Amino acid sequence: MKLLKRAWAWLDDRIGWSSAIWPIVVHPVPKVNWWYVLGSATLIAFIVQVVTGVALAFTYVPAPNAAYESLDFITNRAVFGNVVRGLHYWGSSAMVVLAFAHLAHVFLIGAFKFPREVNWLTGVVLLGMTLAMAFTGQLLRWNQDAYWAVSLMASMASRVPLVGDLLVDIIIAGQTVGGATLTRFYATHVFLIPAAMFVLVGLHLYLVIRHGVSEMPRPGRPVNPKTYRQEYDELLHRDGIPFWPDFAWKDVVFALVTGSLVLLLAVVLGAPELGPQANPTNLEAHPKPDWYFLWLFALLSYAPPALESLVIVGLPLLLGILLVIVPFTAPAGERSWKRRPWAVATVVFFGLSAGALMWQGHRSPWAPVLHAEVPASVSGDLRGDAARGSALFASEACLACHLVGGAGGQRGPDLTFVGDRLTREQLIWRILYGGNNMPAYGQMLSPDDLDALVAFLSERRSR
Amino acid sequence: MTDRAQTATADLLDRRAFLNRLSLLLSGLIGLVLSVPILAYLLTPLLRRAPGVWLNIGTTDTFKVGETVQVAIEDPSPLPWAGETTRTAIWLRRDGQTDFTAFAVNCTHLACPVNWQAQAKIFLCPCHGGVFYGDGRVAAGPPPRPLPRYDVRVQGANVQVLTRRVPIGGD
Repeated sequence: MKLLKRAWAWLDDRIGWSSAIWPIVVHPVPKVNWWYVLGSATLIAFIVQVVTGVALAFTYVPAPNAAYESLDFITNRAVFGNVVRGLHYWGSSAMVVLAFAHLAHVFLIGAFKFPREVNWLTGVVLLGMTLAMAFTGQLLRWNQDAYWAVSLMASMASRVPLVGDLLVDIIIAGQTVGGATLTRFYATHVFLIPAAMFVLVGLHLYLVIRHGVSEMPRPGRPVNPKTYRQEYDELLHRDGIPFWPDFAWKDVVFALVTGSLVLLLAVVLGAPELGPQANPTNLEAHPKPDWYFLWLFALLSYAPPALESLVIVGLPLLLGILLVIVPFTAPAGERSWKRRPWAVATVVFFGLSAGALMWQGHRSPWAPVLHAEVPASVSGDLRGDAARGSALFASEACLACHLVGGAGGQRGPDLTFVGDRLTREQLIWRILYGGNNMPAYGQMLSPDDLDALVAFLSERRSR
Repeated sequence: MTDRAQTATADLLDRRAFLNRLSLLLSGLIGLVLSVPILAYLLTPLLRRAPGVWLNIGTTDTFKVGETVQVAIEDPSPLPWAGETTRTAIWLRRDGQTDFTAFAVNCTHLACPVNWQAQAKIFLCPCHGGVFYGDGRVAAGPPPRPLPRYDVRVQGANVQVLTRRVPIGGD
């Protein structure tokens, strides 16, 4: 026992635990509520990602001829492989959600104001890196979605003025998306961005210690840079509590709850289905990003063609700039969200927009539905031209974009009762000349086929 | 303070300023020297562009006039670990005895793979619903440009396609 004590005293002296580190652990913080746990929860999610990521790297092979099979091995044969992959997958979702929740909270309580502007800026960069990790991680699955997502990303990068093509070359690293592309994303996902994140997380935490945890805002108590630091020190002396354990217990409890949720999802639902392997010659692909990028996927469908490049390049840039200028637009003044209606409106606006766009991205009503069939309830009783028209409606790919009796795509108008709305002549005109985002079928249809299609469509009445 | 002491202090400051600059300069130099080979290595794909190669993709009689079919071409110099990704798909249409047109499969909107609808004679993109006519012109949806093409020629009985960088962006 005595020996242990002496050993600890020796070690303590050499590493400075009691003199340098412990004071930081128990440094005084203001009394704050449960919302303040979001930052530490994001950090813990990051640590979980690092640990599970390292575990996955023990087996994953970052080469196109083996990546998919190694993932298949991890998912289906490695002991607890599906759980570890599941933890990494659901953990990434948790990290993205927590990072955005932390951002919204810090924004709403005005904690980005003097003297914590750089805390905010480092957080913004960390948020961008979190999203970059989410995206590059998705590519490492090297399935069809991943393969075409690289192409999609390269295509977006090509819209950047002047250096677009250069960026494409750097992203795909060769003639095609292939052998060199995957290792590029692997190195970015497991070394480059994590290394930068370690540095920035360190800086972010250092700044939290340097400027202290922001006190709960009180309406009518604006931040005045001249007196803030003194007031903050007085507050800490008056009713500060040691960070550990008086506040940290909340962090720990919340981490346990979210961590359990992630583990539960990993065990019950596991990792996402791998889907078909990446194969450039398999064109039966319906690439869709993981949920965190569905909003962008949707936006790219709704953007008017003339403004598209602007949306692709300008929007992420604009969002980045908006985030960066936040602490400079209002470095002082009122912190409470109760006195900052525009701050509340901003959070509600971006929250609702992202939610609505993600929902639309999930539904993808603009995507053609290939291989659809006219339902029997519609085609069952048809005779002659109309019956032939019904078959043509599917084979001519009309059904890919139009609904009939509940089957088909939703890009164009629902044609279930089009006979009520359009005359034969109007139908012919639309089919031959297209317009309003419909191809002109004039050169592709024989007169007989046109007659059959029109016969089928003009019989679509509600009656 | 004596004159001598003052001179000594001034000398010391000069010395410090010099060492400060020297250290910063040398650090920068180390960074520069290291970054040249590393950056150049990372930019290999820009510095070593593979030249286009004419590849046989089949004899003329394997293709029917008026039909558009999917053809796979092999990367002429793939990395040994490239697996399935050594191949690239293209859409090949035979227009006449010796007339062929080869389209890239990448939609000009965001490079998703377009599907040929043989009966309707249109290409459909699954991502955002872009539509192209059989000759590659945009029929509907968000694509800004016609489908990109590969150079194709007939040599004797063989149809040949010229390999190129995947047509993402530019073109």
